[in-house]
Amino acid sequence: MPQDKTADTDRERFAGVGPVKNLSGFEIKPLYGPEDIKGTEFERDVGLPGQYPYVRGVYSTMYRGRPWTIRQLGSLGPPGEANKRIRQLVDMGATGISICLDMPTIMGRDSDDPLAEGEVGRCGGVAIDTLQDVREVLAGIELDKISINFVSNSQSSVILAMFCALAEERGVPWDVLTGTMQNDVLKEYQAQKSYYFPPRPSMRLILDTLSFCMRSLPRFNPISISGYHLASAGASPLQELAFTLANGFTYVEEGINAGMPVDDFAPRLSFFFKAHNDVFENVAKFRAARRLWARTMKGKFGAKNPSSWRLRVHTQTSGSSLTAQQMENNIIRTTLQAFSAVMAGTQSLHTNAFDEAFSVPTPQSERVALRTQQIILHESGAASTIDPLAGSYYIEALTRQMEEACEKYFQTIADMGGVIAGIEKGYFQREIAESAFRYQQSLEQGERIVVGLNQYTEEEESEIRLRELDSEFERNKVAALKKFKEDRDQDLLRAKGEELREVCKGSDNVMPALISAVKAGMTLGEAIGHMREIFGVYREQAVF
Amino acid sequence: MNATKTLRILIAKPGLDGHDRGAKVVARALSNAGMEVIYSGLHQTPEQIVNAAIDEDVDAVGLSILSGAHNTIFARVLQLLKEKDAGDILVFGGGTIPKKDRAPLEAMGVGRVFIPGTDTRDIVAYLQETLQTRSFSASC
Repeated sequence: MPQDKTADTDRERFAGVGPVKNLSGFEIKPLYGPEDIKGTEFERDVGLPGQYPYVRGVYSTMYRGRPWTIRQLGSLGPPGEANKRIRQLVDMGATGISICLDMPTIMGRDSDDPLAEGEVGRCGGVAIDTLQDVREVLAGIELDKISINFVSNSQSSVILAMFCALAEERGVPWDVLTGTMQNDVLKEYQAQKSYYFPPRPSMRLILDTLSFCMRSLPRFNPISISGYHLASAGASPLQELAFTLANGFTYVEEGINAGMPVDDFAPRLSFFFKAHNDVFENVAKFRAARRLWARTMKGKFGAKNPSSWRLRVHTQTSGSSLTAQQMENNIIRTTLQAFSAVMAGTQSLHTNAFDEAFSVPTPQSERVALRTQQIILHESGAASTIDPLAGSYYIEALTRQMEEACEKYFQTIADMGGVIAGIEKGYFQREIAESAFRYQQSLEQGERIVVGLNQYTEEEESEIRLRELDSEFERNKVAALKKFKEDRDQDLLRAKGEELREVCKGSDNVMPALISAVKAGMTLGEAIGHMREIFGVYREQAVF
Repeated sequence: MNATKTLRILIAKPGLDGHDRGAKVVARALSNAGMEVIYSGLHQTPEQIVNAAIDEDVDAVGLSILSGAHNTIFARVLQLLKEKDAGDILVFGGGTIPKKDRAPLEAMGVGRVFIPGTDTRDIVAYLQETLQTRSFSASC
């Protein structure tokens, strides 16, 4: 078959149909064939699920052995409400829970901090000030059975301390605790911007939690290396992949430099990706991620334990793809994204509710989101066979293309002195802002169509009932916290604060001091306050 | 009035939230449209924003809020501007602000609230129309 001619004919035939570039900016050909995967050796480059280089999935039986974890967001402002929500989700069939924090907690501030005014318990996050709040959120939840994902970053050491203290008082041994702490500060500097301290002390806290978990919570994932937030801030799927892996390799290097054997901690590193709108690009991204991670962990870092080579990933459908216009359409977007994550072999999945472009989900929209996963699992056939798109000319070509483009980014980052140097130079922040602007331009110039947003628009805004937050909550929470603070043993608290500051000045692990401090009633904001005194604060240069 | 007056706009991120994608995209779009744009950076208090608006002598302040704290923050910024005799600075904004909150905000004195998905050209046009008319009537 004369290839060139075929290509020309196809080009004419498909001219003007659909987007010709995917979100990563790769030009997509109208047709893929054997010539597009030349050089790919199936056994070497693709292989079998559960085997190096894990392109086809990290476990040999994948969903035939165990379905992915259906992990929904169980947080709402008041700790008691969050607990109710978690129990409802578990009753409805959720097998994992994510707990988000409210903005003050995210920024290391107690509910009674002046900076917290108007933000307590908002934004779908629970307000955690004290160990008592963690007790309330997790009341009646079996800590060794339901895997809890704390969407916690800069404050992770304190939340982990509260979690450990809670397990101890309930008599649950630490070594059976399961779950995840997001605890990925590099992406905070790059995208989500909830940092407190400069990069170095932040990294030290991460290494402390990592080595603490290695010794004491061997079933717990101490870091979830997250691309999701990079993508929300505007990174393309390619940038999301490249930057996230670069961050992951940075944690590995830091761990090794701190004297930890790579195979002792790498098996507990986990990842968090976004499922964007382009189904095939998502699948290629996950497959490329697994191959790149496996090869680098084995080749560059000399990991010998196969568990160190496996890239395990939690996925969330794309919040930033949801439109405020014709919101019901978001159910379809979420379905496609979730379907792609399953085809891509995710270990855990969170489906967004369709009303999240405006607010925290209602029980109704949250139910649709959860049921979407169950429909995909039981009705769509996506879970029946492992890596169903393997061998597709398109998917294999795109997987390789993603991988090669990532390697170019790795080189650029290495040339500038690594990830932390890149952050300090504003490299990632600029790259991401640039992509966000380019994407907006592509919408405004009509190069990319988003249904209901820049085509098929309607004047009338859909009337959707949104969730309301009890306006009394903030006042009550602040009052209760003030009372709690007065009732503590102030001498003990002062001693614990002194101890914590001393540990921060030195090089011992902060976790034991933190655990004993939260048991003595130290609040999250106070613990961060002590650390801030020793570590200093970080300010980024604001550029747009 | 001189039709070529360059508008000065402060784009600000109040509160604790760090989701700055929208703020940055809008800042850049306004700048590309020929306005002088000052971006506050993250985690600004209403006091800091109002002081910056006055110090920088801006025509308008745009607040980007995705945290759900919009009712509190807009009210505070408007009140502080009034207290400091700077009530003539236009306050507008954008973010995840539900429909039921938009009319009350506009009644309170917020010029316009833009929601996710807004075409940045609409924001440019809004500012040009509103502010040019204003400075025209002021100079007459």
